[in-house]
Amino acid sequence: MIEIRGLTKVFHVGDVDVHALRGVDLSVAKGEFVAVVGPSGSGKSTLFHILGGLTPPTSGSVLIDGQDLLKMSDVQRTNLRKTGVGFVFQKYNLLPTLTARENIEIARDIAGRRNHAPDPWFQDVLKLLGIDGRLNHKPRALSGGEQQRVAIARAIVNHPALLLADEPTGNLDTENSNAVLAVLRDLNERIGQTILMITHNPEAAAYAHRIVQMRDGRIVA
Amino acid sequence: MILTLVGLSHGMLQDLTRRSQGSGGDIWVRPPDSSLLSTSGKMPEGLVKLVRSMPHVAFATGTLIQPVSALEYITGITLDEFNRLSGGFQYLEGGPWKQPDDILIDDVEARSKGLHAGDTIDLGRKWHVAGVVASGKLSRMFVDIATLQHLYPPSGYISNLYVKADNSTNIDAVFDALEQKLDGYKLYKMQEITSLYSVDNIPLLKPFTTVVIAIAAIVGFLMVFLSMYTAVLERTREIGILKALGASPGYILGALLRETVLLAVAGSLLGIAMSFGTKWLMDTFAPTLPAAIVQDWWAIAGLIALAGALIGAIYPGLKAARQDPIEALAYD
Repeated sequence: MIEIRGLTKVFHVGDVDVHALRGVDLSVAKGEFVAVVGPSGSGKSTLFHILGGLTPPTSGSVLIDGQDLLKMSDVQRTNLRKTGVGFVFQKYNLLPTLTARENIEIARDIAGRRNHAPDPWFQDVLKLLGIDGRLNHKPRALSGGEQQRVAIARAIVNHPALLLADEPTGNLDTENSNAVLAVLRDLNERIGQTILMITHNPEAAAYAHRIVQMRDGRIVA
Repeated sequence: MILTLVGLSHGMLQDLTRRSQGSGGDIWVRPPDSSLLSTSGKMPEGLVKLVRSMPHVAFATGTLIQPVSALEYITGITLDEFNRLSGGFQYLEGGPWKQPDDILIDDVEARSKGLHAGDTIDLGRKWHVAGVVASGKLSRMFVDIATLQHLYPPSGYISNLYVKADNSTNIDAVFDALEQKLDGYKLYKMQEITSLYSVDNIPLLKPFTTVVIAIAAIVGFLMVFLSMYTAVLERTREIGILKALGASPGYILGALLRETVLLAVAGSLLGIAMSFGTKWLMDTFAPTLPAAIVQDWWAIAGLIALAGALIGAIYPGLKAARQDPIEALAYD
C-alpha cells in the first residue's frame, strides 16, 4: 500500500537548508491503521504533507498504491488528493459557509463525482459516523466532535486508498476524542480503510494497530 | 452611475425635443453664427416680415433668448403670435402678463423653485410671476419680447425664427425657399429635430458620456479588485482546504470568477433599480434636469460592469489559484 524508502525533505529558508526528513523508511499494508508519534519538529507533519501530495519530496521513493510521488507533477499530485488520499486535520477545516452535507458534497464535486448516483456505502458510513441527522447544519452549529466526524466523512467520500489524519483529536475533549478515535478504528475494521494517523498523544496512538516513532526526521521505532 | 448619466443626457435631449416641437413651428431658423444648442447669435427682427411674405408660409414669429445664468435663460415672445403658432398656453395658475415686468413660468420651473402666480423671481432683476403654464412649449420662462429687447440692447434683433407652413405637404418647399433666401442661416425641420437632438450631434456630449463610462468602469474595476483581493486574503484558509481536497487552480479560479459574475449581475440589476430611484429623486428635487430610463443601455451597462468586474477579479483569482496549500492551511 505505502512503501517509503530513503525519503528526505529539505526546506530552503533563506540561505539555510532545513532537513525535515533525513531518510525515512516505512511500509504500511493495505487495511492497516498506523499511528506516527513523535515530538514537535520530528518530521511527522512533513511526512503527512508529502504522503498527501501537498508538497513534493526531495529524494527517495514514496509509493502509494504503486504511484511514485517523487515522479509526480503538481497536476498529478492534485489528482492524487482528489481520490487517492483523504485528509483529516486537527482544526477540522470545514468550510464555514457550507452545511455539513455541502462540505461533503464539495469533495465529490472537486473529484468530478457530483452527478454520480448516491453511494449506498457512504450512507452506511454516515450512520456509522453518527452524523446522518446533522448534515443540514453549518459547522458553527456542530460540536467539535461532530465537525471532526463530518471532516472524516468528507475525507473518505471518494473512497481514498489512504486516510491521513493529523492530530485528529488535538482540539477535542476526552469524550469527543474517544468517539472520533473509535470511529476511525471502526472505519478501519469494518470497511478496511487504510489510516495513517499523526499524533503526540499516546492514548490516541493506542487505537492504532501499529505505532511508529519519529525523531529528528527519522523513524526510530 | 452609467445609467443615471445616460438617462440624464437622454432625458434632457428628449425634453428639449418635446419643447422645441411644442413651439408649433414647422421650420426653425437660427442665425448664421449659431449652433443647435447654443443661445448665442442674433438676426434682424425684420426677417419675420420677410418670411411671412413668402409663398406657403402660414405664419412666422421670432423669439429672443437671454441667458440669465449658466443653465437658465428667458425667452422673449410676442404672446399673441406665439399663441397662434403653438396653440396657446395652458394656464395652471394666474394668467397672461399685463405689466412689462411680468413673467410666465412653466410648471416644472415653478415646482423646482417653489413658485406660484403672484410670487417674485430674481433673475438678475426681479420679475413678477403672472402665470404658471403647462410645460412643453419651447421654454421654461417667457417674457414680452419688447421688454427683453429693451433690457438687453441692441433692440430690433431676435434669436430664433419659427415658421409655420400653410400645409404639411409644403414644408419642404418652404424649407427650400428659405434656404435660398436666407443664405448662411441655420435651418432645421421640426420633424427632424428628434434625430438632430441626439447624443452624437451634441458637441462634447458623446466624449463626456464616454469619459463618464470609462470612469465608472475603472471605479468598478478597482472596487472589484480590492473586494476580491480582500476576499482572497480572508479566504486563504478556505482556499487551502479546497486545494487539500484536490481542487485545481482552474477550479478555484472558476469558483471566484463565478462569484464575480454573480456579483456583477446582481450589481447590474441593483443599478437598474437604483436608476429608477435616481429618476424619481431628480423628478422630485431637480425637475429641470429630466432623467429618462434608457432600457437600451441596461445590457450595455451590464456588460461594462461584468467586464470591469472580471478584469478586477482575475489577478486576485490567479493569486488564490497559485497559493501553496500548506501555507494556506496554516493561515489564521
